[in-house]
Amino acid sequence: MIRDDRAHDAPGGGGRRGAARVRGRRRPPGRRRGAQGPVRRTLRIVALTAVSVVFVYPFLWLISASFKPSADVFDNALIPHTWQLGNYAEIWTAVPLLSWIWNSVTVTLAAAVTVTISSALVAFGFAYFRFPGRNLLFGLVVGTMMLPAAVTMVPQYLIWNQLHLASSQVPLWAPNLFGSAFYIFLLRQFFLGLPREVFEAARVDGAGYWRLFWRIAAPLCRPALVVTFMFEVQASWTDLVRPLIYLRDPALFTVPRGLKAVLDQFGDGGEMRWEIVAAASVVVTLPMIIAFFVCQRQFTQGIATTGSKG
Amino acid sequence: MTRKQNGPRTANRSGRRRETLAAYGFISPWLIGFVVFTAGPMIASLVLSFTDYDGIGHTHGVGLDNYRQLFQDPNVANSLLNTLVFTVLRVPLSMAAALALAMLLLRAGRASGFFRTVFYLPVMTPPVAVGILFLLLFNGNQGLINHVLGMVGIPGPSWTTDSAWVKPGLVLTSLWSVGSTVIIYLAALRNVPQELYEAAELDGVGPWNRFRHVTLPQISGALFFTLIVNTIASLQTFTEAYTAFFGSTNSQTYSSDAALFYVVYLFQEAFQYMHMGYASALAWLLFLVILAITAVQAKLSKRFVYYEGDPR
Repeated sequence: MIRDDRAHDAPGGGGRRGAARVRGRRRPPGRRRGAQGPVRRTLRIVALTAVSVVFVYPFLWLISASFKPSADVFDNALIPHTWQLGNYAEIWTAVPLLSWIWNSVTVTLAAAVTVTISSALVAFGFAYFRFPGRNLLFGLVVGTMMLPAAVTMVPQYLIWNQLHLASSQVPLWAPNLFGSAFYIFLLRQFFLGLPREVFEAARVDGAGYWRLFWRIAAPLCRPALVVTFMFEVQASWTDLVRPLIYLRDPALFTVPRGLKAVLDQFGDGGEMRWEIVAAASVVVTLPMIIAFFVCQRQFTQGIATTGSKG
Repeated sequence: MTRKQNGPRTANRSGRRRETLAAYGFISPWLIGFVVFTAGPMIASLVLSFTDYDGIGHTHGVGLDNYRQLFQDPNVANSLLNTLVFTVLRVPLSMAAALALAMLLLRAGRASGFFRTVFYLPVMTPPVAVGILFLLLFNGNQGLINHVLGMVGIPGPSWTTDSAWVKPGLVLTSLWSVGSTVIIYLAALRNVPQELYEAAELDGVGPWNRFRHVTLPQISGALFFTLIVNTIASLQTFTEAYTAFFGSTNSQTYSSDAALFYVVYLFQEAFQYMHMGYASALAWLLFLVILAITAVQAKLSKRFVYYEGDPR
């Protein structure tokens, strides 16, 4: 796609004439990069708006479907002809939606809190100290990022089985007590970015290592910790694989696992009730969307950092 | 390790030892986790792959039987092919789409933030809900996609039931979630020095060649990063396919062969049929495939990826 560069193409095609090779010469005003004509800018906004419709429409479709009677789900009207508000009441009574939400909230918070603290500790260890084996061990951290989860899936299940926790929510968050390679990698980058003099000064003042971490490094890297926390909230809230493996009792389900159960119950077999499935999907999706609107800055900055430091 | 400090030698050495101890203290959570939840399970998984362990207690060594079976199991060939086709379609398409969107966003001015938010919204949507949306929007008879196609006179296929169209449909669905790649590219594009464009333009380089010889090399680090990450993720596709085509009841089994992704099959073998030994062998094959593909990509990228100054 070359739209971007076309925007500041020289009039007259290649613009090969004149003293084109003189470097560092200021271009005439109005031809500066970024200063585009109103037409191009408008075209750009129109294109973005068109794409945005594609991105947003499925949400609107889903919300609309969740208010329709069964027969109208696929009528493709954005405003329901008949409003059927009872879908939400029905899903509420058909499945223990409230306990699923509560389960998800507790599991997600446990997962995010533990992984943020433990990953920060480990990241600080790798960033601040110079110790024998550091490079080898950090290489292992990076290496585990490449390891597909499938390789350790079965033995991890067997471990929890041995501990009689294989049918509980513990395996959904407890591994996070030990940090996660991706977050360790991310946070280490931030800790490395702190000026070393700050730590040296604190050392001279008699601060211990724990104090360096807790009082200096962690507060200075708060944005990165928030990013880690929110990434894990998202990952944990939306995860289906682990709940599928570990949760048998519907009372323990998290919302993605519950949503899958709703799909199996209402989206299959003789009488399909897609409006019920849609209502459940809305209930599952909205909390993340709201959370995102509240903290979108941190999210997007975190992702941008991930890519540029990879 | 060998920082020279002033002061008596012994104090220096004990200080260094204390520092090493403290360092290991800080990284101990990961060390323990690595041994218990990564290295240990990897060894266990390798051992299990030579057994017929069923998850309950019956274990016999079966030698290389599991690995021999991999090559005869039609589900392995099928699911591996499905996964590779999906990956080969999805990764370049999503990278191209993300780059196009990022370049549109780059000069969108104040509106950029709003659109960035819009593009990222689907990433926040739980994959289960994405799988459900796929079933609803790509529904062959009544779905929105075919409705739109019908309006321009194209008879849409039966996306969710025709085995030839299941994967293209899933690929299109996955394009909906390119938001995080867009944001990575946007950050990379913003870091391209403006002087390079100005110099190229003064040299009479046209827009296409500026894109090819300035933009692409300058953001090649980000492109490489997303290539690797997206490939690894695509090879492990599970949730959307499992949600839409597998579960406790399966009215859609007739199309599920086309949606049998490798990890889906692995999951079934391990936790539905309790063939944990065989599933372990499956897991190791996946690991080798991912390693091989990543290694090839890394090797090829050496020719394309351009790093300014230090080789990070």
